[in-house]
Amino acid sequence: MKILVCITHVPDTTSKIQFTDNNTKFDKNGVQFIIGPYDDYALARAVELKEQLGASLTVLNVGEAETEPTLRKALAIGADDAIRVNSFPKDSLFVAKQIAAIARQNNYDLILMGRESIDFNGGMVHGMVGELLGLPSVSPVMKLEIEGEKVKMAREIEGGKEDVEATLPLIAGCQEPIAEWKIPNMRGIMSARTKPLVVVEPTSDNVATDVFSFVLPPAKGAVKLVDKDNVGELVRLLKNEAKVL
Amino acid sequence: MSVLVYIEHAEGSVKKTSLEAISYAKALSEKLSSGDVIAVALGSISSDELAKAGTAGASKVLHVNDSKLTEGIIQAHAEAVAQVYKKVNATTLVLAKSSLGDAVASRLAIKLDAGLVSNVVELPDTSSGYKVKRSIYTGKAFAETQVNTEHKILAVRKNAVDLKTDGGSAAVEEVLLDIAPENFATKITSTDKATGEILLPEADIVVSGGRGMKGPENWGMIEELAHELGAATGCSKPVSDIGWRPHHEHVGQTGVKVAPTLYIAVGISGAIQHLAGVNSSKYIVVINKDPEAPFFKAADYGIVGDAFEILPKLTEAVKAQK
Ligand SMILES: Cc1cc2nc3c(=O)[nH]c(=O)nc-3n(C[C@H](O)[C@H](O)[C@H](O)COP(=O)(O)OP(=O)(O)OC[C@H]3O[C@@H](n4cnc5c(N)ncnc54)[C@H](O)[C@@H]3O)c2cc1C
Ligand SMILES: Nc1ncnc2c1ncn2[C@@H]1O[C@H](COP(=O)(O)O)[C@@H](O)[C@H]1O
Repeated sequence: MKILVCITHVPDTTSKIQFTDNNTKFDKNGVQFIIGPYDDYALARAVELKEQLGASLTVLNVGEAETEPTLRKALAIGADDAIRVNSFPKDSLFVAKQIAAIARQNNYDLILMGRESIDFNGGMVHGMVGELLGLPSVSPVMKLEIEGEKVKMAREIEGGKEDVEATLPLIAGCQEPIAEWKIPNMRGIMSARTKPLVVVEPTSDNVATDVFSFVLPPAKGAVKLVDKDNVGELVRLLKNEAKVL
Repeated sequence: MSVLVYIEHAEGSVKKTSLEAISYAKALSEKLSSGDVIAVALGSISSDELAKAGTAGASKVLHVNDSKLTEGIIQAHAEAVAQVYKKVNATTLVLAKSSLGDAVASRLAIKLDAGLVSNVVELPDTSSGYKVKRSIYTGKAFAETQVNTEHKILAVRKNAVDLKTDGGSAAVEEVLLDIAPENFATKITSTDKATGEILLPEADIVVSGGRGMKGPENWGMIEELAHELGAATGCSKPVSDIGWRPHHEHVGQTGVKVAPTLYIAVGISGAIQHLAGVNSSKYIVVINKDPEAPFFKAADYGIVGDAFEILPKLTEAVKAQK
């Protein structure tokens, strides 16, 4: 059994988002980068499956050299080896093509991703990879159990969930509560240093979209406070000023 | 030439977010002269209901009335929509962002060789090229995105355009498709879903409670206010983590991202991860006993005070204004 987990290298969830170079580049100044929170759930579930089924576990990132500490962290959490496709992740299609190319060479039984990246929030890469490989893709998955060739999942839908069954090979976009995030221990951190991290060059595929420039939302004005003994005033404001009632 | 809209339905009705997607497509087609707006609906649903897509701007609805497609099997839906897209010679596919929509759109991007933009918040700017504004960093910023491909897929976020209600009735035509069995490789074995409720991701008004509500036994107050407002209920992450509320109600960075016209947050501190799910709301009201709660900085209106005193009064005041 071979498992691949695709991880993003993204700004920590508390980061202040700013841009430089005339709003064309993300400002990394003072920003801490982490494994995408949803990717972390995928990785945590993969580590559990690896222990349960004796699987091998590879992590993959499409990114420049700066993402290697994030890949090392995934190795410390429990992946056996890592692959970095050496390119800025230009758009979801580009990333999906890189992942599909690696997957074609290695025949993974299960490819886990996050439901979405928290930088561009597309929630698109898993479906694209599924279509490129001709495999089913299921997302967002909140439970995933493997019984032989069979995979039993729970998928979140608006207002609830549905149970989904499929067979391997399969791609899933994960979210909580699929597993608890795993924190690397000292032994994991030590062994991660010597685990293989392979760097490969991207296939020269074009992109479908380009980011032209970034825009920040307009600053919020000051809050209008209403006295707690005059709650009716809030309703009047919502009705007459905001016109939302 | 035409714009195709993939619409979803639940409990016998077309989803409101899908009607918004149709309104978006109509505005797009008027702006760029891209021809008729045609909607495609999959699975069992009445023709009368589908004809209502016309009010939002569709001239025609193609109905693939195959009961195997009533459930949202991702691959099968993608294959069906791709076939219809080619049949009607569409150049653009529009759909509402949703759990199923995202999954289907990403597969269609490959099938149709189309540039896909998700979280679209405005009509494209075509003054030079084809630029689409989309929300990124969980609502903390926007990216002006150039689409280079001939075919385009736009997954539209709630409130990107106003819902159009003045269109006519759409012609409904049944279409037969041949969808290969391998597209049904995943099976939905059971569905567990709230019925009759206003669903959080689609709601115009959301009333959300945090840890300040102290316990699940106090949620009646949240529900009563929501009921008076015709709102959906939401919560913060710890509230769903402890099991006071179901997971699908949790709003934020790791939960549902909402974009209602009004978001009312009660007893929620306003951590950055929670704000990430709500900062696309048009108006935010915060009720919190702590005047220093960070949520007030993101709010339009606020009341400093005890939720347990304020909520019943607010519900009464809403009733009174009707
Ligand atoms: C990676 C990551 C992702 C996360 N994702 C999310 C997410 O998606 N969504 C999310 O919500 N959180 C998320 N969190 C958690 C987030 O950081 C906060 O811990 C959480 O939002 C706090 O929830 P809360 O405001 O309900 O509780 P608290 O922070 O405990 O705040 C309770 C508030 O209630 C007020 N209060 C208490 N009693 C009353 C009363 N009687 N009347 C009125 N007000 C009262 C208090 O003043 C306080 O402001 C995430 C955290 C991490 C690390
Ligand atoms: N640059 C990348 N490298 C590796 N995996 C990625 C990359 N970008 C996205 N993914 C994977 O695809 C998932 C969905 O991403 P997205 O479609 O960008 O929201 C993420 O949670 C990751 O698992």
